[in-house]
Amino acid sequence: MKALSEFFYMGGYALYVWGSFGVTALLMIVEPIMVHQRRKSVLQRISRLVRIKSEQKS
Amino acid sequence: MKARHKRFGFLLAGLVVLAAAAYLVFNALGNNLSYFFSPTEVAEHKAPENHVFRLGGLVEPGTLERGEKLTVHFKVTDNHHTVKVAYTGILPDLFKEGQGVIAQGRMGPDGVFVAEEVLAKHDENYMPPEVADALEKGHQKGIEAMARENKPL
Amino acid sequence: MSGRIFNIYRFSSPATFYPLAGKIARIAAWIALLLLAVGLYMSFFVAPTDYKQGEGYRIIFIHVPAAWMSMFIYLVMAFWAGIGLVFNTRLSSMMAQALAPTGAIMTFIALWTGAFWGKPMWGAWWVWDARLTSELILFFLYIGFIALQGAIDDNRRADRAGAVLLLVGVVNIPIIYFSVKWWNTLHQGASVSIKNGSSMSTIMLQAMLVMTFAFWAYSIAVSLYRVRSIILEREKDARWVSELPEVGR
Repeated sequence: MKALSEFFYMGGYALYVWGSFGVTALLMIVEPIMVHQRRKSVLQRISRLVRIKSEQKS
Repeated sequence: MKARHKRFGFLLAGLVVLAAAAYLVFNALGNNLSYFFSPTEVAEHKAPENHVFRLGGLVEPGTLERGEKLTVHFKVTDNHHTVKVAYTGILPDLFKEGQGVIAQGRMGPDGVFVAEEVLAKHDENYMPPEVADALEKGHQKGIEAMARENKPL
Repeated sequence: MSGRIFNIYRFSSPATFYPLAGKIARIAAWIALLLLAVGLYMSFFVAPTDYKQGEGYRIIFIHVPAAWMSMFIYLVMAFWAGIGLVFNTRLSSMMAQALAPTGAIMTFIALWTGAFWGKPMWGAWWVWDARLTSELILFFLYIGFIALQGAIDDNRRADRAGAVLLLVGVVNIPIIYFSVKWWNTLHQGASVSIKNGSSMSTIMLQAMLVMTFAFWAYSIAVSLYRVRSIILEREKDARWVSELPEVGR
């Protein structure tokens, strides 16, 4: 337990080390999620487009 | 094919012009992009005398004096010239004798640089403390060895 | 396009590149996850404490990889945009567009971690020295490129305008890289350079390189996933798109 709190203390640089790694981690999680959502919305739009086209044909 | 060559030509010409312009601009700016002046430049009156500028160099070992409250005095050196500095405030973690430092302020009439802000400048070396100790010892030994070798002469 | 004679041209067609990008992106994502796990472990548990900066120096393990990627991605973007401008290839402009947000994020990470490193060590979150200022300009170049592409509706014209901006901005890259050499800066010199090797202890350097490759793999994965969406957006009327298995009917 002591080792753990010492680890998070980072020799007094906790704010700076975790402030850096935390924001980096956040961005590197958010970016893939946004990329995935973009893909989902594009596929939805195209599916609608294809459906409309096939309805017009028949 | 022809249009492609033409575009490529335009692009190349544009880049050449741009590179030339950039070169001229940076030539003209020259030292103005430097963040600080060295003690030698201060001694040569290259630093502004009547307004705020930044002074950079090493804190000369053995010159750090802690005055009353938070006032400190030290000398900044570049191994050619030194400038006396007075500063009141909190020093950064890496501030130490023999370490790089950048002070912002102006020259007082008595030739003492009165700093409003002091920043520590560190180098690009990173190593564990044991290695740093070993290097330091090796350095000392080297100096001793050189002294010994020189004695018989 | 005569695909049989010039084999490389085959992949410059969005229809053939689309599935390939998906495959590469998946592999790159797994490599990125693996390297990130190894790199983070090394950063915190294997790399020793620094003799001067204590534990605070560990920020270097994301700061330097992010700063390298911010410059490298820009060069790759400018390369693709230039190819797109000269040869009028649709896909290369899409690649440039896909890389921009990742490059901007890398630049932001470099600036952010730099501030969080500068505060305890230098004594300031931010200073206007040549290195920091030129990196900030890089960030504005990325933002400017993204805004420009978003502001012009016609894809072709957007690509061309973006490419010109990117190529002009290339001047900034050597300025960032050499700023610490050309001028007196608060920022220290390079710890790793081709000419002088490294001034870090080996284990620290290894951790930093693992993190660099992790960031590299991450950037490849994310930008290729993004380029797939861009391809679909721009080719939405193409027949091959409507025949894709992931397009529902």
